[in-house]
Amino acid sequence: MTETEPPPSVNEDDLSDDELLDNEGPAVEVRGLTSAFGDNVVHKDLDITCERGEVLGVVGGSGSGKSVLLNTIIGLRAPQGGSVRVFGQDIQHASRRRWTAIERRWGVLFQQGALFSNLTVRENVAAPMYEHTTLSRREISDLSDLKIALVGLGPEAGDLKPAELSGGMRKRAGLARALALDPELLFLDEPTAGLDPISAAGFDELIKDLSDSLDLTVFMITHDLDTLYEITDRVAVIADKKVVAIAPVRELERTDHPWIREYFLGPRGRAAAKVKTKA
Amino acid sequence: MEKPAEFSVRSVSERPTVVLAGDWTANSLGDAPARIAETVKTRGDVGVDIRKVRRFDTAGAYALVRAIGHDYDLKTVQARPESARLLELVGAAVHVKPVTVTPPRGFHELTVRIGKGVMDVGYEWVDTLAFLGHLLVVVARSIGYLFTTPKRIRWAAIFSLAERAGLDAIPIVAVTSFFIGAVVGLLGANMLRQFGAEVFAVELIGIAVLREFNIIITAVLLAGRSASSFAAELGSMKMNQEIDAMQVMGVDPFEALVLPRFLALLLTIPLLTFVATLAGLFGGMIVVWSVLDLSPSFFLERIIDNVGATHFWVGMSKAPVMAAVIAGIGCRQGLEVGGDVESLGRRVTAAVVHAIFAIITLDAAFALLFMHLDI
Repeated sequence: MTETEPPPSVNEDDLSDDELLDNEGPAVEVRGLTSAFGDNVVHKDLDITCERGEVLGVVGGSGSGKSVLLNTIIGLRAPQGGSVRVFGQDIQHASRRRWTAIERRWGVLFQQGALFSNLTVRENVAAPMYEHTTLSRREISDLSDLKIALVGLGPEAGDLKPAELSGGMRKRAGLARALALDPELLFLDEPTAGLDPISAAGFDELIKDLSDSLDLTVFMITHDLDTLYEITDRVAVIADKKVVAIAPVRELERTDHPWIREYFLGPRGRAAAKVKTKA
Repeated sequence: MEKPAEFSVRSVSERPTVVLAGDWTANSLGDAPARIAETVKTRGDVGVDIRKVRRFDTAGAYALVRAIGHDYDLKTVQARPESARLLELVGAAVHVKPVTVTPPRGFHELTVRIGKGVMDVGYEWVDTLAFLGHLLVVVARSIGYLFTTPKRIRWAAIFSLAERAGLDAIPIVAVTSFFIGAVVGLLGANMLRQFGAEVFAVELIGIAVLREFNIIITAVLLAGRSASSFAAELGSMKMNQEIDAMQVMGVDPFEALVLPRFLALLLTIPLLTFVATLAGLFGGMIVVWSVLDLSPSFFLERIIDNVGATHFWVGMSKAPVMAAVIAGIGCRQGLEVGGDVESLGRRVTAAVVHAIFAIITLDAAFALLFMHLDI
């Protein structure tokens, strides 16, 4: 086992019931995170902050622990050390009520969509609303149709099962479900991976439109250089078990970390940068 | 048509050259590489010319690199550009030392494996207790909902599962139980006839079916039918990250997935056991009627008078326990599925095997208990 930091003391009791979560400060704040699988240390003293309202891209080589980081932030995995704060709340020490409050304010799009396979798309989108709101059946159904239309799926998609959807439609349906509760914070795990370039560009545009118009904070893991140039405000680079740089993508091009140079100044990076400069 | 790999040695200058010809592909290599290796060994320094090779793939390139030795400077090989590129790629890959994992052996490794096995059994127990604890909390919370917000209990899931796991199992349970009842009747009638006590076949059928076979048949069939399907359903949901998605949405998978399965079986297994009882008695009755020529009304009267309801209640009292065991083991194994298909298969198998084992063990425990209670 690796060294572990004592979790910072949380003064939950000082807060009144109304102010369960911070409305100021960063949306996600990770400090000194250590993750390990047995002897295999994935993160060591990793710090990352996602400010409110920004679109943060996270990049890193295969196996650098991007998905582990995401799973830790959304509470699916307990870290071996360090703290994770979402809306100012340490998620490891959050009370049940605070957890529910956090869950209402975030949406997660998993890599494969992770749609409930025995429910239709409409029921999938409706599921979080049934869980967290007291809306009537009718209202939930109407709202679900609205979200399905919002992510660019046709009205016939609502009655289809996830198995009947194409990869791109599945991601859109997953996004509709992630947006079901009008979250402030959206987590995206490789949103454009496995999509053809046209669908990927469409998806980028969709996320940009949504984040602009709904004032979303987006925490996005991606490998897509076009996405990075197109929609992110800042990009965090995970290498050597920590975040080695976090800056707007244009500044990252100028850093001299070997991995970053190779990533952004390789043939694909240059092509993406050129397209963006022309546009 | 592929031409087998071949080569010739040309020695016009002082440096002999191996000239390769034919197809150097995985299917046509033959013993050419071995003979080249032999030539290289006897002649020492040789040149290599592969310009005449018709088709050249990675297997051929690898065989050539192996034959002429890893230290050979591949840049000096005379080749067409595409073959040279392939040779270069393969040469670079060959020089990367493969990681060799030495398989563990020896007494020390044996003790390590035994230790790990013992620890795993311990962890398994802790996990099982955690599962039961979590389930209890969810049951308590749901009882709370029952009085405050009954809408929050997933009735739709419970009843659809009850239909799938219970109602749809009626034919198989009834037929199996019918034949078991008939077989017990047949054996009993034949054995007891030797003592002239064939009429006691009725009691034999009655006690065997009411007390043991109804619940055992039902439980074992449902272990094969429902424990496996629960494990497979939950396991594939886990692999598809549906359970993760549920958690980040704030839905407790125990509440949404495990509890409905639990309640569905708790509801249907007693009913199925009752169906199995009727079918088993019916099977025995048919045999007694046809073989011993005792009328159905006599059979039923004798069951009521000489067997009685106690045996029936003994059998039925095991039903809820069996239901809990089947649903619990099925769901727990499903939630333990990892990311790969193999673990899904292993967990589904484990669900069925553990469930049947638990059913038989529990039945034995019940038998001892009832014996001590003189029931």
